Amino acid sequence: MIALWSTSIGKKAVMAVTGFILTGFVVAHMLGNLKIFQGEEKFNSYAVWLREVGSPALGHQQFLWVLRLILLAAVALHIGAAVQLTRMSYAARPVRYRRTEAIHATYAARTMRWGGVILTLFVMYHILHFTFGAVGYAPGQYRPMSVYRNVVVGFSVWYVSAFYIVAMIALGLHLYHGVWSMFQTLGVNTVGADRFFFRTLATVTSLVVILGNISVPVGVLAGLVR
Amino acid sequence: MNLTLRVWRQKNAHARGRFVTYEARNVSPDMSFLEMLDVVNEELIGREQEPIAFEHDCREGICGACGFMINGIAHGPKRGTTVCQLHLRTFRDGDHLTLEPWRAKAFPVIKDLVVDRGAFDRIIQAGGFISAPAGAAPDANAILVPKEDVELAFDAAACIGCGACVAACPNASAMLFTAAKVSHLGLLPQGQPERNDRVRNMVAAMDREMFGGCTNMGECQAVCPKEITIAFIARLNHDLLAASFKGRKPPRTAASP
Repeated sequence: MIALWSTSIGKKAVMAVTGFILTGFVVAHMLGNLKIFQGEEKFNSYAVWLREVGSPALGHQQFLWVLRLILLAAVALHIGAAVQLTRMSYAARPVRYRRTEAIHATYAARTMRWGGVILTLFVMYHILHFTFGAVGYAPGQYRPMSVYRNVVVGFSVWYVSAFYIVAMIALGLHLYHGVWSMFQTLGVNTVGADRFFFRTLATVTSLVVILGNISVPVGVLAGLVR
Repeated sequence: MNLTLRVWRQKNAHARGRFVTYEARNVSPDMSFLEMLDVVNEELIGREQEPIAFEHDCREGICGACGFMINGIAHGPKRGTTVCQLHLRTFRDGDHLTLEPWRAKAFPVIKDLVVDRGAFDRIIQAGGFISAPAGAAPDANAILVPKEDVELAFDAAACIGCGACVAACPNASAMLFTAAKVSHLGLLPQGQPERNDRVRNMVAAMDREMFGGCTNMGECQAVCPKEITIAFIARLNHDLLAASFKGRKPPRTAASP
């Protein structure tokens, strides 16, 4: 395993596996977000349930913290490998071309690195915003565990909503290349395997995540969720 | 037809390079790109100037010697072609073309448009062969190979090692080259005994040469004169991951009597 990490392909395999975990989280998170359309009571009790999963066998927030630690480890490995690979790539072409033209690479593929940076910043803001209530609220506006209220109040500020929508498009682009790419890197997407299947899977995942997540701020701004 | 060329001129590996503009006048649309450069060079020699250095050999698109960037695209705008098989009819009269050498840390410029591709040789030396006892040529078809495997192996074996994949890759990665070389032996029965060591050693050699990592963008397959696809890169990834979970075999020693 250590020998594998020392190769460029090994680092990419780590990015693929952690990317798979993070994609799973993003899809589950999006499905959870949609519960807001079931009303305040259902949405708030979902937030409570997340903290009590496995009760009474598991204690308060125990399951949630296990998940959080797995996600944190995945994010750390994903970014760590990305930084190392990016440095290798920059070192591999010290003299740049005067002129280059992209023939095959999609916009999504070419923006993976900066897209990743934007997503990292977004995740930081998102946690400070909805988990801690530290940004985006007037003093006293944020109430812990009044999840539904917090979302409605938070997204009522139009530029906060706009920022979330832009971030979700960045996430969608990252998934559009990332989901296809992880099967390529893990060697599932080989000659003879159905390459069209993975392209479609990536496109659908990306669209579903964008539309599902954007529906929440749009719902608040349109007055459907209040 | 007439063309304006902005060509990268660099005296040697240590000199600083720069772009110099040349005019190619009254060249025939039926000339190959290299024949056009021959004409320009004849003129330069006539004026007692240093001709533009570029690599070439067969001029039939099968040896892999030639290649440089034309307006930011490796081997120029035509798909599945090397610059020697790229004809001037692909361009329009009066076009301005920028010619640059392959740019990668692993491919240092020797002179003008010529780069040192020794890094590819060292990847091959790390495992791009089969250790078969030499002797008389074996009978054809003595070992049966399924038709699909033959076709795939041949698709990979079509690689001429020109380096366009590295040149076009935004990461200067040699994954398509290494994938083709690993796959063409890995798909055939003769390549099986050394399959795991081959892929491990060739990938290690590739990383040692300071090529970048693959980000699955597909620029390489778009410029490959042999149209080798990145599906072979997935196969390489698969082979390396599989080999990494198998232990290395201890070195064989002669059996004691």
